[in-house]
Amino acid sequence: MNTIGKVTGIIANLVIVETQDRVAQNEICFIKHDNTRLMAEVIKIMGQKVYTQVFESTRGLKVGSEVEFAGHMLEVTLGPGLLSKNFDGLQNDLDKMTGIFLKRGEYTDPLESDKEYEFTPIAKKGDTVAAGDWLGEVKENWIGHKIMVPFVFEGEYTVKSVTDAGKYKIEDTMAVLTDKDGKEHKVTMIQKWPVKVPIKAFKEKPRPFKVLETGVRVFDTLNPMAEGGTGFIPGPFGSGKTVLQHALSKQAEADLVVIAACGERANEVVEIFTEFPELDDPRTGRKLMERTTIIANTSNMPVAAREASVYTAMTISEYYRSMGLKVLLLADSTSRWAQALREMSNRMEELPGPDGFPMDLPAIISNFYSRAGYVYLNNGETGSITFIGTVSPAGGNLKEPVTESTKKAARCFYALSQQRADSKRYPAIDPIESYSKYLEYPEIVEYLNKQNGEDWTKNVWFIKDALLRSKEVYEQINILGDDGVPLDYHITYWKGEVVDFVISQQDAFDKIDQRSDFTRQRYMLEKVVDVLKSDFKFESFEEVNPYFKKLINQYKQMNYSEFESEEFKKNEKELEVIIQERKVA
Amino acid sequence: MEKDTKAFQRIYTKLFQLTKATVSLQASGIGNEELAIVDGRLAQVVKIMGDIVTLQVFAGTEGIANDAEVIFTGKAPTLKVGEDLAGRFFNAYGEPIDGGEIMGEEREIGGPSVNPVRRKQPSEFIATGIAGIDLNNALVTGQKIPFFADPDQPYNQVMANVALRAEADKIILGGIGLTNDDYLYFKRVFDDAGALDRIVGFINTTENPPVERLLVPDMALSAAEYYASEKGQKVLVLLTDLTLYADALSIVSNRMDQIPSKDSMPGSLYSDLARLYEKAVQFPDGGSITIIAVTTLSSGDITHAIPDNTGYITEGQLFLRKDSDIGKVIVDPFRSLSRLKQLVIGKRTREDHPQVMNAAVRLYADAANAKTKLENGFDLTDYDERTLDFAKAYSEKLLAIDVNIEVDAMLETAYDLFGKHFTPVEVGLKKEFVEKYWKK
Ligand SMILES: Nc1ncnc2c1ncn2[C@@H]1O[C@H](COP(=O)(O)OP(=O)(O)O)[C@@H](O)[C@H]1O
Ligand SMILES: [Mg+2]
Repeated sequence: MNTIGKVTGIIANLVIVETQDRVAQNEICFIKHDNTRLMAEVIKIMGQKVYTQVFESTRGLKVGSEVEFAGHMLEVTLGPGLLSKNFDGLQNDLDKMTGIFLKRGEYTDPLESDKEYEFTPIAKKGDTVAAGDWLGEVKENWIGHKIMVPFVFEGEYTVKSVTDAGKYKIEDTMAVLTDKDGKEHKVTMIQKWPVKVPIKAFKEKPRPFKVLETGVRVFDTLNPMAEGGTGFIPGPFGSGKTVLQHALSKQAEADLVVIAACGERANEVVEIFTEFPELDDPRTGRKLMERTTIIANTSNMPVAAREASVYTAMTISEYYRSMGLKVLLLADSTSRWAQALREMSNRMEELPGPDGFPMDLPAIISNFYSRAGYVYLNNGETGSITFIGTVSPAGGNLKEPVTESTKKAARCFYALSQQRADSKRYPAIDPIESYSKYLEYPEIVEYLNKQNGEDWTKNVWFIKDALLRSKEVYEQINILGDDGVPLDYHITYWKGEVVDFVISQQDAFDKIDQRSDFTRQRYMLEKVVDVLKSDFKFESFEEVNPYFKKLINQYKQMNYSEFESEEFKKNEKELEVIIQERKVA
Repeated sequence: MEKDTKAFQRIYTKLFQLTKATVSLQASGIGNEELAIVDGRLAQVVKIMGDIVTLQVFAGTEGIANDAEVIFTGKAPTLKVGEDLAGRFFNAYGEPIDGGEIMGEEREIGGPSVNPVRRKQPSEFIATGIAGIDLNNALVTGQKIPFFADPDQPYNQVMANVALRAEADKIILGGIGLTNDDYLYFKRVFDDAGALDRIVGFINTTENPPVERLLVPDMALSAAEYYASEKGQKVLVLLTDLTLYADALSIVSNRMDQIPSKDSMPGSLYSDLARLYEKAVQFPDGGSITIIAVTTLSSGDITHAIPDNTGYITEGQLFLRKDSDIGKVIVDPFRSLSRLKQLVIGKRTREDHPQVMNAAVRLYADAANAKTKLENGFDLTDYDERTLDFAKAYSEKLLAIDVNIEVDAMLETAYDLFGKHFTPVEVGLKKEFVEKYWKK
């Protein structure tokens, strides 16, 4: 018998329920209202008073309504069929919902129970297995989707039988396992898992040591993201957070991409599911949508489900990581999730921390980020979750609790600057403020130099330095005037501009420029370093500006042409001519 | 204390707590967000604790006694929708201001959201004739965008012009704390344009109680949903001024003793505003809701919580400011943005539109730098001088809000200005466009 309770209080989506029986923190319950059942989560228990946050509108709800507790926490269903889906924050399949408007209390099946999958066994009778071990696999799009020992299984089991190869449905029994007491357990293709609990079915989580190629130069060249690493993108509105995340989701070298659209615009999600089914995944030649799962809890959807949405996305990512896959998880925007926490903590009249956010916000954020990572699975295979979230600081001021808490948790910081966005220097990542801690990891440096040539990281630091010096002399020029500084200052300034325009800036809407692989980035980096190290001859400062503008323009022509094409080579030749015009031998 | 009149109407006469905006009483069987009449004033349930119900009285509680009559209506706020709405003006409660009854189906306002997978990507260009909008910040049906303007800017006039030129099937005006003069102004321009039969107005003026305003946007958007989703019409919703809406939210949350967040605004401001703005939608069958709103600023400060949260929600913003060089109000090309413009420019408009737009703004930015140089007492180069001349002409002929021309004419004007002040290399357009369109 499930625990039953009654509604005794309602303040917006905070509903207080009274019960005499057993309830657990974070347990799910359903509140009966007219002919629907509204899903809610327990967030505090005070004696017989149970505080719940309802994932739906509570309009019309009355005290005295009956509440049934589900006996489990908020959980998701894991199994083949998660890819290419559009879910809401609670993992309802949005495409299965009827009608144009969302109906409250309508919950749909995340998977297809009548779809058949081609199964191939991996484990054999007699094998000793534990949670997360692979029993077999089915084809899901192009991925070998592993059927695993359910994560809730504790200790060791012996495989009694694994089903023969063939076509099966997700609820069919694929294996039977025997526990140490001799009890038999059936395993199907699906399992459930509570979203707020990390899936730990792996052996070890080493420090990230590989780089995840994203095709975005400010990432790869200047501030590389590690495979299994974490990073965040704070920035005021309109500075390019979403465009940048979309670029990553299209181009990054991941096996699959999970996108949590958390409390942001619905039209941005529409853009993804309009374009992704048409766009090619450059790595597999298949459509991008085939490697993508969207968790959409847009700003007009129930606020409490925002929190659920990021956890749902993380749990789905952990599930695929356990299959030995490289997962990229993106969340836009984690600030909306923090705000949802704030709204609720406020309604519960908890003592607020800075800016009204809950006191434990830093802990919540760092716990979440810590679920990302590169792992060695029990069978020696590897998998990873690279997590990149956006942060929307109030007033664009980075000294606010969400940004500050996230900065402690994430290893890469991609600060978008209003000033750069205003002058259309996209992506507007501040080249001085931003950093990737991974660039200081010896194992990453070694990896990069092995992949891109032994001078790679030296060159990266060299151009970073050029950017910094350029900024410094620019300030001097502004104070002292064009003719109040030595000629050299102008040259130093413009060399930094070369790095900015040719490496940092990248047109996300240009077919060619939007994606640059490491081979190409290496080629361009060397081309830029050459110029930076050259001496140029000018008679007066007035010659410097037009010359470098011309030079930069020619570099950009190269960026806009297909790598190593005739056009590219032609543009490169023209660049050489321009360089020779003033280069001192 | 309780006596039953109609089936769902229960009457109570004992209030035990009164604040400036709320009353509390003992009552049972009451639904959350249900409407009630307190001493003849409309009120809404905002909190239920056991048998204690707290109501927010929209018109304020001034003069209400603790034995005032409270009648519960058994329903959330509603609007009667139907063809009858067209050409009429209503108050915040959806009652006709101009008298008479409205026939129609009763709908709850503030209803559910559109399932994102049932939306279509916006793709229809809205021509307004204003180059600061069409050329630099093109609007698209289904978009939501506010004017950011100081209170002394003529945003209501610009909005009325945009509405009349936008070729919408219906224009829904949500007047939130509108001055009576501006209300009459809107009425007159719509009347003069012979457009009154396409207009529906929900009006709360400065003479009405501020908290009543909270109902206006939901009323307007419910009417819009009726026309867009059921009648397949192109609906344009004008909401002016949402800063006053947010102010009303803060009054209520303050009186309910909630902890304020930045700028004394409620912590839920983002969600509250998003709930409204996200009603903007393009339906697959052609119906659409486009929202053009006004967010008044205080001395151009966009970091204040109201414009800041708005900017995070809307698909760009149109920033109005006075250009002292030409003495006119312009749409500021730096601080304005239409996030949906790339869906239409160069696709629904001439191919060179994006390039011309960017080139002109870049030259305008060069002029701004030249101006700073001048102000700091440095010498100007010949190029600097030319950018300054260009900027003045660009502001006058294209950015000013009194411009009213077709997009092609805007592009031609831009080439005129380019040709007069610069060489093709300085403007930096693609070669093919220079060959095709540059004025020799
Ligand atoms: N990399 C880019 N290339 C070109 N334009 C960009 C780029 N990034 C952003 N933009 C422009 O800035 C606008 C706002 O970007 P967006 O990512 O939506 O901002 P945010 O999510 O930070 O509010 C976009 O609509 C686009 O016009
Ligand atoms: Mg965004």
